[in-house]
Amino acid sequence: MRHLALAAALLAAVVYPLLVPNYLATVGMLMFFTAFIGQSWNISGGFAGQTSFGHAAFFGVGAYTSTILQVTYGWNPWLAWPAAMAMGGLVGAGIAVLSFRAGLRGSYFALITLAFAEVFRIAANSASITRGGLGMLIKADQRPINFQFKDQIWIYYLAFALCLVSLLIAWWLTRSRFGARLVAIRENEDAARALGIDVFTEKVKVLALSGAMCAAGGTFYAQKYLYIDPNIAFGIDKSVEMLLVTMVGGAGTIFGPLIGSIALTTINELTRAAASVFPALKNVQPLSLIVYGAMLVLIVARLPDGFASLLGRRRHA
Amino acid sequence: MLDPQIIIAGVLNGLLAGGIYVLVAVGLTLIYGVLHIINFAHGSLLMLAMYAVFFLWRLAGLDPYVSLPLVTAGAFAVGFVLYRLVIGRFSHGKDENILLITLGVSIVADNLALLFFGGDTQTIDVPYAGDIIQVGAAFLPLPKVISCGAALLICLVLGLFMTRTDTGKAIRAVARERQGARLVGIDVEHVFAVSYGIGIACLGAAACLLMPTFYVTPQSGYAFVLVAFTIVVLGGMGSFLGAAVGGFLIGITESLGGLFLGEQLGQIGISLIFILILLLKPTGLFGSRA
Repeated sequence: MRHLALAAALLAAVVYPLLVPNYLATVGMLMFFTAFIGQSWNISGGFAGQTSFGHAAFFGVGAYTSTILQVTYGWNPWLAWPAAMAMGGLVGAGIAVLSFRAGLRGSYFALITLAFAEVFRIAANSASITRGGLGMLIKADQRPINFQFKDQIWIYYLAFALCLVSLLIAWWLTRSRFGARLVAIRENEDAARALGIDVFTEKVKVLALSGAMCAAGGTFYAQKYLYIDPNIAFGIDKSVEMLLVTMVGGAGTIFGPLIGSIALTTINELTRAAASVFPALKNVQPLSLIVYGAMLVLIVARLPDGFASLLGRRRHA
Repeated sequence: MLDPQIIIAGVLNGLLAGGIYVLVAVGLTLIYGVLHIINFAHGSLLMLAMYAVFFLWRLAGLDPYVSLPLVTAGAFAVGFVLYRLVIGRFSHGKDENILLITLGVSIVADNLALLFFGGDTQTIDVPYAGDIIQVGAAFLPLPKVISCGAALLICLVLGLFMTRTDTGKAIRAVARERQGARLVGIDVEHVFAVSYGIGIACLGAAACLLMPTFYVTPQSGYAFVLVAFTIVVLGGMGSFLGAAVGGFLIGITESLGGLFLGEQLGQIGISLIFILILLLKPTGLFGSRA
């Protein structure tokens, strides 16, 4: 029954862009992309319980690494992509080593990640290698070899593939010993240490994995929009977006970030539709974030496992 | 090299800005010390208070210094109610959860401001905005001098309140030993709400002192939250003396950072201090616990 539902969902996702107007295909692309970067947050924030307020640091490092390699050093973007992931992984591991060696936990870890993202943002705003606040443009040359596509359907499928890979990684975490160790650390760090888990190493590993994934999302973003600037790359909005979709959908669950992303995208589109009917609501972006901020409060307070837990409960009933 | 006169002027300007930072940070450190809540909504609530000052000026013609008692009292009420309705009711369990709740509150506040007030930068024109007083070779803007003095005076009053009044003593008792305070008959939940209210009232006063020389946008909260956290972490979470010293140090850092590194890169100093303190000495300068 479950396999059938999954197969149907997969099929629907594959044929979806062929059936709907371009605009809705782009909405679907954004949904999968947000689910993907949300999943990168979920790996460290959900499964391993290391709440981060600064995942934009990894996102931005990925976006800037591939863009600089491509624009300044003439690399092919497909080759620059793994390099960006490696940088994201390194930065993730680096922040983790520094923070966890200092014994930071919980809120303090969340706040220091925010400060790291802020340092990156200010540095990118001032450095010449990132062209400062002007941002960096990638020259449009719409050929697949350049990681640019004339037909936007391919970028949809790429986002879909990224999302699938991230779901597989999350699924692997629920079945592997590594994932089990992460959950043990999340539930009780001292108990996990007493069981013989090398807490420090596991946490560094998961931040490296999460950072690499998030950096992959950064490169994807830069290639889709062909432009990146310090506020887009390292601003708190991206960090909050990743955290929100995961917390609302269900932190530490396989489908949480996807569910959260579908919900956020739907709310976004509904408010947009409402705005076209009632011109008084012309400012839509804040409206959906108000709903989402309120949902975050209610979910942390009343439904700590997110909407995914509702689905799970019904299945077992 | 830079003329020492310019550096002295920079330090003085930093000290003046620091005075208001002290007031903002005292509110944050009070909330942490009593409730053990890291109030991520601190900056956003300051931003809302700044809009309140702005609209009182624009719609009712009230000078920010005149509206100070009004905005401070209003901020206390908002904090008290916010604690009773949201923060106190929902914040239990892991400390990240409380951080996430206050993040949710700040997202709602920021976007409500964007929805109703728009994204434009708003400023207040007061007749004394351009007045200057001369101290040695340094020229200091009069409103900044007044604001800094007023901020320190308010901190002093708050300190007297905490040491001399029964409510203040109850707050300190709860901060030190929750269970014991409950046992001697203190209504701990009430003290929590009052403390949160006082913490937010500090923001109301700070907003009035900031507006004559500063601007407000819906993003202002985010800029202040990092500064406030850095001050509190630098001084030591929960320490009043730490908030005072930290506020002035950060004010000077910001001013000299801007002088030596330029407007853009100068801000990096605050985030770097925050990171270094957390990594090297998480208890801060005057803190007792990590």
